[in-house]
Amino acid sequence: MTEITSLSLFELIKNIKEKKISSNEVTKSFVYRSEKSKKLNTYVTENFENCLKLSKEFDNKPNFDLKLPGIPIAVKDLFCTNEVRTTAGSNILNNFVPSYESTVTQNIWNEGGILLGKLNCDEFAMGSSNETSFFGNVQNPIAKDLVPGGSSGGSSSALAANLTPVTIGTDTGGSIRQPASFTGTVGLKPTYGSCSRYGIVAFASSLDQAGPMSKDVKDSSILLEVISSFDKKDSTSIDFKRNNYSSELTRNIKGIKIGIPKEYRVDGMPGEIENLWKKGIEYAKDCGAEIIDISLPHTSYALPTYYIVAPAEASSNLARYDGVKYGLRSPGESLIDMYEKTRSEGFGEEVKRRILIGTYVLSSGYYDAYYLKAQKVRQLIKKDFDDAYNKVDAILTPSTPSSAFKIGEKSNDPVSMYLNDIFTVPVNLSGLPGISIPAGRDKNNYPLGLQIIGKPFDEQTVLNIAYSMEEKINYKNNITDWWME
Amino acid sequence: MDGIMSKKNSEYLIERNDNIYEVVIGLEVHAQVTSNSKLFSSSSTKFGAEPNTQVSLVDAAFPGMLPVINEYCVKQAIKTGIGLKAKINNKSVFDRKNYFYADLPQGYQISQYKYPIVGEGNVILDMPEGQKQVGIERLHLEQDAGKSIHDVDPSNTLVDLNRSGVALMEIVSKPDLRSPDEVNAYIKKLRSIMRYLGTCDGNMQEGSLRADVNVSVRIKGSTDLGTRCEIKNVNSIKFMQMAIIYEANRQVDLIEEGEEIDQETRLFDTKKNETRSMRSKEDAHDYRYFPDPDLLPLEITDDFIDQLKSEIPELPDDKKKRFIDEFKISPYEATILVSDIDTAKYFEEVVAKMGKNRDMKLAVNWITGELFAVLNNKNIEITQSPISAKNLAKLINLIKNGTISGKIAKTIFELMLDGDIDPQIIVEEKGLKQQSDPKALEALIDKIINNNREKAIEYKQGKEKLFGFFVGQAMKASGGKANPQLINEILKKKL
Repeated sequence: MTEITSLSLFELIKNIKEKKISSNEVTKSFVYRSEKSKKLNTYVTENFENCLKLSKEFDNKPNFDLKLPGIPIAVKDLFCTNEVRTTAGSNILNNFVPSYESTVTQNIWNEGGILLGKLNCDEFAMGSSNETSFFGNVQNPIAKDLVPGGSSGGSSSALAANLTPVTIGTDTGGSIRQPASFTGTVGLKPTYGSCSRYGIVAFASSLDQAGPMSKDVKDSSILLEVISSFDKKDSTSIDFKRNNYSSELTRNIKGIKIGIPKEYRVDGMPGEIENLWKKGIEYAKDCGAEIIDISLPHTSYALPTYYIVAPAEASSNLARYDGVKYGLRSPGESLIDMYEKTRSEGFGEEVKRRILIGTYVLSSGYYDAYYLKAQKVRQLIKKDFDDAYNKVDAILTPSTPSSAFKIGEKSNDPVSMYLNDIFTVPVNLSGLPGISIPAGRDKNNYPLGLQIIGKPFDEQTVLNIAYSMEEKINYKNNITDWWME
Repeated sequence: MDGIMSKKNSEYLIERNDNIYEVVIGLEVHAQVTSNSKLFSSSSTKFGAEPNTQVSLVDAAFPGMLPVINEYCVKQAIKTGIGLKAKINNKSVFDRKNYFYADLPQGYQISQYKYPIVGEGNVILDMPEGQKQVGIERLHLEQDAGKSIHDVDPSNTLVDLNRSGVALMEIVSKPDLRSPDEVNAYIKKLRSIMRYLGTCDGNMQEGSLRADVNVSVRIKGSTDLGTRCEIKNVNSIKFMQMAIIYEANRQVDLIEEGEEIDQETRLFDTKKNETRSMRSKEDAHDYRYFPDPDLLPLEITDDFIDQLKSEIPELPDDKKKRFIDEFKISPYEATILVSDIDTAKYFEEVVAKMGKNRDMKLAVNWITGELFAVLNNKNIEITQSPISAKNLAKLINLIKNGTISGKIAKTIFELMLDGDIDPQIIVEEKGLKQQSDPKALEALIDKIINNNREKAIEYKQGKEKLFGFFVGQAMKASGGKANPQLINEILKKKL
């Protein structure tokens, strides 16, 4: 059984199409392994029985023209799934069952995917270690008591532990790429406007973007092809011509210009990250890319800008969780009392912190100094990239300033936690596509990732560079199944 | 209330201790956009449905739900802007106005703050003393909230979200209004323009038109603005006028007592006829406006605006001018006829059906006299008129060509009410045709003079009043059908 779960998505599809294995066999394998992996705490809601049932239905009436024929897939619990509880990792939505489906997940089911379950994440996707989830920490399968990254920590952990063949996450400031980097997996944040936000519990609307997480680059290209679509239900969705990312995937990147931004050499960056980056540059050269030094002068402002813009939007986006219409309600003496009790009990500390920050920066008297200024800086950061892309086709950086840390190590130090996003946040602020691929290990043997940032809507180039470097890097996760019963 | 002076017709001044105050009024009118679906969702806007039956996932702010702008509502706002002779902005932005309330599902209202869709314009009012121009500051689009119902359940507030997300236009006037009469004229003019455009039905009973009223007072002649109070959400013209009168006098009293006026938000209590403080400036909400990241800025091309301009019907001011020029009616008559688009339509249809030999004076008089009286009595709109424009035109033509007298016409009009009957048929069936045969009338008059010889002699001796007696007798004898003009002529000759 374990052999099936270690196959890539591409291989699973191939085997199913060639009728070597059935959807039900595949599903059984992932369900079995998931059942054995409760210690990782990756699932918030399991959909195993229904998934098994649907896989049988698929096998009875298979359609091999679909892109994900009978493939079981677990998704981050931020995607609303029809009739399956959706919590966003929060107590306030602990009992919430949507009557509707997010566009991104619907795209997956339309192509034959089957919902395996809902995966743990930081509460409302606010966190970098999955420690803010109301449903508890998630273990990184790489080592005991190691965080899987966040906010898509349940997704990265389940993926690395082979509990799901691929998964989807959401990335507001690095929430796909950082957990991918921490678990030795691949995570792609597409261009803002590629994947519909309809039905995704909102964190920061101008930054949120769904994307694929997978064991290798090819799998991400297959999944991106399925989930990226123009959607009239999302006014920020963009109607551009989408590639057939998987069939157009190539390792021929000869002559592609890759920029190395000097500002990403931040103070106090561990030597092993520096070395990883150097190695990455060599791999890229080996693949035929031309390396060009570039400057992104406003990089150092990205993190403070992000921690104004994202909480501002979040403070407003989360106002709807008020105990009136759905979700948790803690009865009170009056409307205000009910609000206070509901939101005090319903939200965790990190969410409250960000709501307070966001409310503050939008307040009259502070708006100009914080929110408005942050918006202006955001334009400058975006312009940095625009200028750089006059010279290069893509940019190569480390994904994170460090490898995965221990559970509890940073949970009382929000600023040090926020620093995790330093390399990923500028990409969200600029709406660009970015991918993290595993590229090496630190001294503890924990995985490290490299990030490739592309031009807007140029996911293909990003994927091609990643695909080509992936072959040279030849990274393999070393999972021991230490958590198995 | 002492010392309310009324100089010219619509002027409103308050006199206290030899000081004469004028009142300065600005209105924020909330007009519900005529549209089948809401501003950001496809749910119905039909009034009067069962609570919470017209609520989409977007209106109830379910997690992950996103607003999508209703293009029709945007067009309606632009059309209204054109009707207000206002600047249409090529770029406008939707902002979030953040506050918590049970009937505000998102926890914010999507509105337009810094960059509204429509900028400055103006409205012309016809006042007894002449025309007055009132400035429009801006018009912006926003969502309505739901409705909190406090009086159904003793221990709970119930919420109806049918109205949540319905499109409103907030039309902000400059502080150009000076009296309750002007407010009346302004609201009616706004409503008239929007009804012509079909952008708001103006139905105040259903809450399609409500206003926040900003009131301040100052010594007449002063150009400084006094501290204003905002009276929230007043839903009838009468209440607006009552609230203004109360509030202006309250403010004058305060000033005369040497006290300061606090800038505050007040509520009008219709039962007690007074305004009450709702919250002071210090307690004012901090709405934390910021651009809604779920929506892109609204970009409107000049071509789009031009296209809508070409769809704009003739508006009341232009129609009035045309009625005066084309139909030679008085400005006063024209004002009455154009104030409501359906009246204007009815009038024009009557005019058309009257044909070549039309009599405008008769048409105006019959519509604004007899017909309006019937509509008033029955409390119905002209669109539901029991007499069609076609048949009213026929009736007027029967008068005009002498077939019937004006008096008989009134009788026929009454009969027509019962099922919009063709007046020609009534004339024929009831034999009401006017007697205009001079020979027959002469015979009739001879008979009357013969029967009243003494009175005829008295008349000849100078008792001229008796002429009326003979006219009356002749009319009576003819069953009211005699042509009164001919009767007069013949009588004068014979007597």
